[in-house]
Amino acid sequence: MNEVRSQAVAEAPAASKLLIADGDIHPAKAGAADFHPWLEKRWRDHMDEYGSPGRQGWQAGPAYPKSQPNASRRDAYPPEGGRPGSSLAFMQSQHLDANGVGLGILNPLGSGQGVQNPALSAALCHATNEWQLAEWTSKDSRLKASVVVPYEDAVASAAEIRRYADNPAFVQVLMLSRTAEPLGSRKYWPIYEAAAEVGMPVGVHAFGYGGNPVTPGGWPSYYIEEMTGHAQCQQAGLTSLIVEGVFEKWPALKMVMIEAGFAWAPSLAWRLDKHWKTLRSETPELSMAPSEYMRRQVWWTTQPMEEPEPRAHLEDCIGWMGWDRLIFATDYPHWDFDDPTQALPIRVSEEQRRAFFMGNARGVYRGCAG
Amino acid sequence: MSRHVVATSQEIPEGGRKLVMVRGRPIAIFNLKGAFFGLLNRCPHQGGPMCEGLVTGLREAPMPGEYVYSRAGEILRCPWHGWEFDIKTGQSYCDPERIRTRSYPVEVTAGTKLVEGPYVAETIPVSVEEEYLVVEM
Ligand code: FES
Repeated sequence: MNEVRSQAVAEAPAASKLLIADGDIHPAKAGAADFHPWLEKRWRDHMDEYGSPGRQGWQAGPAYPKSQPNASRRDAYPPEGGRPGSSLAFMQSQHLDANGVGLGILNPLGSGQGVQNPALSAALCHATNEWQLAEWTSKDSRLKASVVVPYEDAVASAAEIRRYADNPAFVQVLMLSRTAEPLGSRKYWPIYEAAAEVGMPVGVHAFGYGGNPVTPGGWPSYYIEEMTGHAQCQQAGLTSLIVEGVFEKWPALKMVMIEAGFAWAPSLAWRLDKHWKTLRSETPELSMAPSEYMRRQVWWTTQPMEEPEPRAHLEDCIGWMGWDRLIFATDYPHWDFDDPTQALPIRVSEEQRRAFFMGNARGVYRGCAG
Repeated sequence: MSRHVVATSQEIPEGGRKLVMVRGRPIAIFNLKGAFFGLLNRCPHQGGPMCEGLVTGLREAPMPGEYVYSRAGEILRCPWHGWEFDIKTGQSYCDPERIRTRSYPVEVTAGTKLVEGPYVAETIPVSVEEEYLVVEM
């Protein structure tokens, strides 16, 4: 407990003029019409007539109720109206300026990923990408876009990635964690191939519509189980990426695990390494221990950060992973937002602080080395 | 310690709240059935602005499947991560032993009393006809 920094002494990055990176910002559309400029009439009519159901049971929207309306901070509603995250001006004043964000990665959700109709999914993802350029990155150069891909159709996804190969506004490829098959499945390989080719990391954000329960034990009853399940889901995805040989095949590919915690990484690595030693001959294509792929090619965004007591345990986890693996993220404007002045309640060196709040992000996202 | 006039009692209706500044500190004042309570507008978790939180009741379950709802209108949920606080005491429900948000007593005082002093009326002009909310800090 004596490692805990009190609020009074916490050194605010904004106050110390250290600009920060935010690896998880969610811009929202004010309404479906925001996408219309980039969506053919055919698809607008289709959505009016048939909707855009995801690859899940008979439900529209997320599988579990959120703890706050629109899953958002209650103070994040723009004064001019609209959903949290839909106003650039308010995002600038409430978050980017106030928290000294110098590099903000946009991860649009509800953007066509996981929509069951594959061609509609691709059309919506493309509209989302054009919307990011027109409404966000061209208006604020601190913001960078993610190529949102219709990941269940990997060939269409790869084409979408290559379409933005030379556009510096796009710095990563965005997938969701709840895919129809485990993330390392060959079905998705064209995505990894294209990402490695254009030099963008692949970010895997929690949520999605794969049709599978969030836990390996079936559909849980509560939202808290889904929140916790994101960590389990990403562990399954990461295990699959390693074991199927994705990192072996594309050694330059970078993966960013977004919004599923990170304190599980050491324990997953230890378990994988243990089994790999005894079962090495089952997957002889792995030329090194699973933990080595993790240390070479995987990063984690921090929010929502684990808050163990005593906080020193957090230091132990990060110590094992390496201070070069974490990318600070807020999840603005969502309700489980982490505040940059409060989110790192342990004593760290100046070098670690700079890596955590900016340096690691600059190294990972394409063209952001600055 | 000094006494600060922060609002007239009319300004905050029952169930309402108002954000005021006292000696540079943001204080959220709540009206619970005619009684007034002040809380520091900074959540002890990560500093969320408490005044924008949802005012609700207390849901408890002595046993799985047995639900009890009580204290309607007396519990505040932080607008960020939803930690629950007792508006009357500032005590948290996730860790009541250790975590509470700073609470400030709010007194209702007649204008006739206030003009006698001593008090600090930072922004509120005081008249003898009205009643005022006074925070001691
Ligand atoms: S800041 Fe209030 S619950 Fe986290």
